[in-house]
Amino acid sequence: MQDRAIRARGITKSFGEVVALDGVDLDIPTGTVHGLVGPNGAGKTTLLGMLLGLSSPDRGELEILGCPVRQDLAVPDGVAGFVDGPGLYPALTARKNLRAVAALRGYPAWSVEDALGRVGLSDVADDAVRGFSLGMRQRLGLAAALLGDPRLLVLDEPSNGLDPAGKRQVHGTIADLAAQGTAVILSSHRMDDVGALCSEVTLLATGRVVFSGPLSKLAAESGDLDYRLLTSDPTHARSVASAAEEIALLDGATDDDAFVVRGAVPAMDRLGAELVRAGIALRELAPVTPPLEAAFLALTGDTPSETPSETPSDEDAR
Amino acid sequence: MSAPAPARPTTSGAAPLPASFARTLRFELVKLIAQWRIRVILLCCLLAPGVFVAATGQQTSLPADTVFGRWMALSGWAGPLVVLAFAGVWALPLLTSLVAGDVFAIEDRLGTWRHLVVTVRSPRRIFAAKALASLIVVLTLMIAIALSATLGGLLGVGSHPLVGLDGHMFGAGDVAGRVLLAWLVVVLPTLAYAAIGLLGSVTMGRSPIGLLLPALLALLVQVVQMLPLPAVVRLALPSNTFLAWRGLFTSPAQTGPIVVGLVVSLAWVVLATALAYRLFVRRDFTDLTNDGSARRIAVGGLLPLAALTAVSVAAVAVLTPVTGSGITRATLQDSLSTSFSRLYVLQTAQLHRPAVTEAAMQTASTCTKGGLAATSTTSTTSAADAADPTQTGPGNDWRCIVSWHTPGTTFVGQATFQLDVTPDGRYVADGDGPKEVNGSFPIHTAQGDAPNPLWQFDGLVDLLAPHR
Ligand SMILES: Nc1ncnc2c1ncn2[C@@H]1O[C@H](COP(=O)(O)OP(=O)(O)OP(=O)(O)O)[C@@H](O)[C@H]1O
Ligand SMILES: [Mg+2]
Repeated sequence: MQDRAIRARGITKSFGEVVALDGVDLDIPTGTVHGLVGPNGAGKTTLLGMLLGLSSPDRGELEILGCPVRQDLAVPDGVAGFVDGPGLYPALTARKNLRAVAALRGYPAWSVEDALGRVGLSDVADDAVRGFSLGMRQRLGLAAALLGDPRLLVLDEPSNGLDPAGKRQVHGTIADLAAQGTAVILSSHRMDDVGALCSEVTLLATGRVVFSGPLSKLAAESGDLDYRLLTSDPTHARSVASAAEEIALLDGATDDDAFVVRGAVPAMDRLGAELVRAGIALRELAPVTPPLEAAFLALTGDTPSETPSETPSDEDAR
Repeated sequence: MSAPAPARPTTSGAAPLPASFARTLRFELVKLIAQWRIRVILLCCLLAPGVFVAATGQQTSLPADTVFGRWMALSGWAGPLVVLAFAGVWALPLLTSLVAGDVFAIEDRLGTWRHLVVTVRSPRRIFAAKALASLIVVLTLMIAIALSATLGGLLGVGSHPLVGLDGHMFGAGDVAGRVLLAWLVVVLPTLAYAAIGLLGSVTMGRSPIGLLLPALLALLVQVVQMLPLPAVVRLALPSNTFLAWRGLFTSPAQTGPIVVGLVVSLAWVVLATALAYRLFVRRDFTDLTNDGSARRIAVGGLLPLAALTAVSVAAVAVLTPVTGSGITRATLQDSLSTSFSRLYVLQTAQLHRPAVTEAAMQTASTCTKGGLAATSTTSTTSAADAADPTQTGPGNDWRCIVSWHTPGTTFVGQATFQLDVTPDGRYVADGDGPKEVNGSFPIHTAQGDAPNPLWQFDGLVDLLAPHR
């Protein structure tokens, strides 16, 4: 078995004038969960659809499970998943939806019951999908993807609409699969989901990769973060902070006694030590925006719907 | 990977196989049958025609406007033909709308195209499976209607002989075969509508116009049928086949319009399906916004079909002897004479009078259109009359005098009929005296009271009859 589930080099895909993917490189080893994030219209769905075989690159090389892919619908067996929501027929029951997929792809009948159990839908297997909640549909979509025991699982926003319990179950299923050696690539708009599930992440903005690597490295990309401080002596603490090197005191209006400073991690370490030395107790010290989200915003520009010229180029990401 | 994977049908890296056609077809059928709409329609098709036919058979007021409607109380075989005449106008186009017109569009509405394409891995197979599945469902619905109407007629009225559209009495066994044949004849034009439904469904996506395309076409055709179009255009439209089956109920059968209708319908089926196929396999399945555009449906669908119509008109004009409206004074007179003689023989038998034969009667008719006084003595038309443009074509102002010889006497009987001739060649003859011949009086028969067969009767002019 090859150790790389996906190898992509310079993938480009345009729809008329719109360049949906622009020179995308991607490497995903087996047994890992890879996150794909980016603002709306970044090209996530286009890329994931390509991995499922829905479209093929205009330019560039794509290798899936060791097979070069050059045409539509030519991805090898062992790839499963969905893009833009699971494909389900509301008039059919959950079981019939899965049976149909199993019959069409030639999977054994027992795989249906197995998949239903893995996503926790065995109890409602004979209910029509018409009455399913968004979360149940997502889980059923995941079950459909699990039928063939995939070696590459492609999921477009799988935790959309899931309640905390459902999310935990789905995350558990995905983690188990990865532990068994399946490569998983999933897109999400929620950095906390990505943080909880993925070991590596690729950040797309208007069709380009602006970051690709381990999560810890992405957090470091966030640059200077804003931190909210709550202390035992706000007035004194403020003056200590304003005097500290490489720390900026922000005027940001806070409702209570807290205040906000901006600085890099080492400067924040020093500030903490100084406050303690000055006899001020630190009650709370937390980034205003979580680091992953801050990194996301820093790399893609503050507002997701920005024009391409304002999005950071590859150099910014490095 | 540690987990066993017996489920995987092919080894790692092997080229993926598309799902088998049989399984794809099965899935399409499962999806269609799972829809409530289809189930309700099937139930209606199974019940409504039978109930209608059985109930009408017990009534005194019969739907005489429809061919064979006036016979519904006398022969159970009239029922399925009345239903067929109704169905050809609305029900069958509407059914195809609801089945074939939706079979592609539903995937757009549900957003399931990507799932389906990735699972089946062959747009061609998806197209073939969807087309065949809708064909199977449409045929099932048709069979349900035909069976229901036939059972309703046979159980409600019984299997009795049926008077055809030229006065010929078809025996029960003969008529059963012809009823079956008539329903078989309309399979092809129904499939033409179904193919247009497929085309609409493929081109229009989520837009409801696709769904309605066959119904809209049926409406258009209804309007067109009412216009005083030349017979060549009439015959070149697929809708003509929904009328042409009536030619099976004359002796000899009027097969010309049936053959033309079947060929035209087949051409529509093939072209519309091919267009739908071409548009479908070129489609971008990653595009979620497939709502169709006016331009696409015009260029991809309507234009080629309009071209086909033009070609059909030209072919019918060249290959058949049709001219003008197809309804001339001569053809009308011939048709009326034949019908009259046969129905007169029937009446004579029903009234237990001395038997007469068609041949001995030497019946002749003289028809005039538009209130011209009929010259009662001439039984043949002069060449000048035949060429008179006012003495041709459909209309409700035809007046005919029929004269016949009573065997064994020198007496020449005469009776007047008012004819309402529709552009499709069908006419209703209404007796206008003398009362003893074609007045409204009941005749006691073995099956109960029947109306005088010569009082009002249906006839059919063969639009493709060679002209004299
Ligand atoms: N089939 C298509 N035809 C035309 N344009 C397309 C098509 N598919 C995608 N696009 C365009 O390509 C770009 C990328 O779209 P894509 O759906 O991949 O973004 P995304 O990252 O999944 O966005 P979101 O977060 O909103 O789901 C968009 O500008 C979109 O409009
Ligand atoms: Mg998307």
